[in-house]
Parts: sequence; structure tokens; C-alpha cells
Amino acid sequence: MNASRTSLSSSAGRECWLPTLQLSMQEVFELMLGCSLEPAAEPPSEEGLDITSMVGLAGQVCGILSVRCSTKSAAQMASRMLGIDAEQAGPQMWDAVGEICNMVAGNFKNKISGLGDGCMLSVPTVITGGDYNVHSMGNNNLHTALLFEGQPVVISLEIHS
Amino acid sequence: MENIRALIVDDSSVMRKIVERSLRQAGLSIAQVLEAGNGAEALAAVENNKVDLILCDINMPVMDGLEFVRQLPGVANGKGVPVVMITTEGSEGHVVQALSAGARGYIRKPFTPDQVKEHVLPVLAENHQ
Repeated sequence: MNASRTSLSSSAGRECWLPTLQLSMQEVFELMLGCSLEPAAEPPSEEGLDITSMVGLAGQVCGILSVRCSTKSAAQMASRMLGIDAEQAGPQMWDAVGEICNMVAGNFKNKISGLGDGCMLSVPTVITGGDYNVHSMGNNNLHTALLFEGQPVVISLEIHS
Repeated sequence: MENIRALIVDDSSVMRKIVERSLRQAGLSIAQVLEAGNGAEALAAVENNKVDLILCDINMPVMDGLEFVRQLPGVANGKGVPVVMITTEGSEGHVVQALSAGARGYIRKPFTPDQVKEHVLPVLAENHQ
């Protein structure tokens, strides 16, 4: 799980963070949901991505890692994690997306040399609805989208310091 | 060991269900599964129930998993109960911290049922001797 450690200390090392973030997401889906994510051929429309989960990072790196998806995708994620029908997921879908975000954040920081012990994670927060704006103080943001069962899942890391 | 009474401590109900399923997939004979959403609830659960095994997250509101492990031997029924941490905090420092606090095993999220088996079975066997 920690085979591809990258560097914390130099900004040059941060160039590797985006593929590390994608790998972290991929591993969480493979191990916990039993499926692979596909790369998005082009930037997906963010319309309909009405569930957002966020985990805060504090320490040597401060920022927010977020995972955004549609309600339908969230229900499908809960379905795969719990072995239930997607129609039965109900509020458990929010918990599922929150826990996925939490695991991606943890998996990501454990792959970055020096970040594992030097950075704390918050418990996840889940927002439903798409009519909101996030105003970040960060100036170094990573943003990628992968496809889960053909539907986009957008992962962002907004780095504040 | 048969008819294990397990306590699963995690603030995510989804994760508690996944951990329970992993225990059953590991082939353990589970008689009862208790759940708690944080360390304080888990201490109360241990005081009121005898359990053979505890699987515990670290990052939780109210009382985190490390504090729970430290306080566990001081509550009724808590002494000697093995605790295996299951957490996203997977750095060496966190592992050392958890083992120093009294945890007997450590599983990093994301995990497979095989990893649960690999970490839990030796702990149960050691405790049963």
C-alpha cells in the first residue's frame, strides 16, 4: 500500500501528488467496493454532483480533500460496500461517501513521505445539494475526475499551506 | 476460539457493518456483535457486557480510539480484552502510538477481509492461551 511514496519536502515532489491521489482513490474502490475506476476521457460535467464529502488535513500540510459524486453514484457505492440494493441505501449513502473520502485522505497521506505522522485528519463532513460555493484560501489545488460505473467522481485536494 | 463476542467501535455505521462482515468472512465463530460510535460509548459497552475482542477506529468524535485503549483496562470487564485498531491513520508513528497505548494489532484502511483474518486470528489465539 505504501510502495509509491513521494516526497513532502519539495514543491517538485508535489508534482507526483496528483497521480498519488488517483492511486489512493483507485485502491480504496478496489479493496472496499470491489471495482475499478476508469479515467475520464475529458473533464466531466459537474452538474448533478450533489453529494460532497470533505476531510480536513492539518499539520505539515493544511487543506481539504473532497470527493464529489451524484446521489445515484453514492447509493451505488453504499450498495457495494454494504452488499445491499442501491434503492435501500438511504442515509447510509452519506456515511459511505464520507468514509470513502476519509480512506482516500488517509491512504494518500500515508503514501507521501513525511506526511503520515506530520498531518492529522478530521472526521468527514458530508454536504448534500449542489447550490453552494467553497471559498478556499489555498493557492495549490489538485483536481481530478475518475469514472465509477461510468459516472464521474471528482476528487479535489485544496492545499492551504 | 468459538462463540466470540466482538465489539466494533467506529463513528461510521457503514464501516462497522463492513468490519462485522469481514470478521464473518474470516471464518470466525461470532456469537454476538456489539457496536459503539466512539470511545466513550465503547467503554460503557464493555462495562455492561463481556467481550472477547474489540476492533476500534482511531479518529472519532467525543473520545478517540487511543484514549479508549488507554482507559479500557480501568473499567469493569476491560482488563485483558484484546484491541485491534482499524484506521486510516496508517503511519509508523500512529502504529507505535497505538501499540504503546495497549492495542494488540493494527489494520490500515482500506483493507481486505484477508487482512482482518491475518491480524485478528493471532491476537485471539494468543489471548486464548
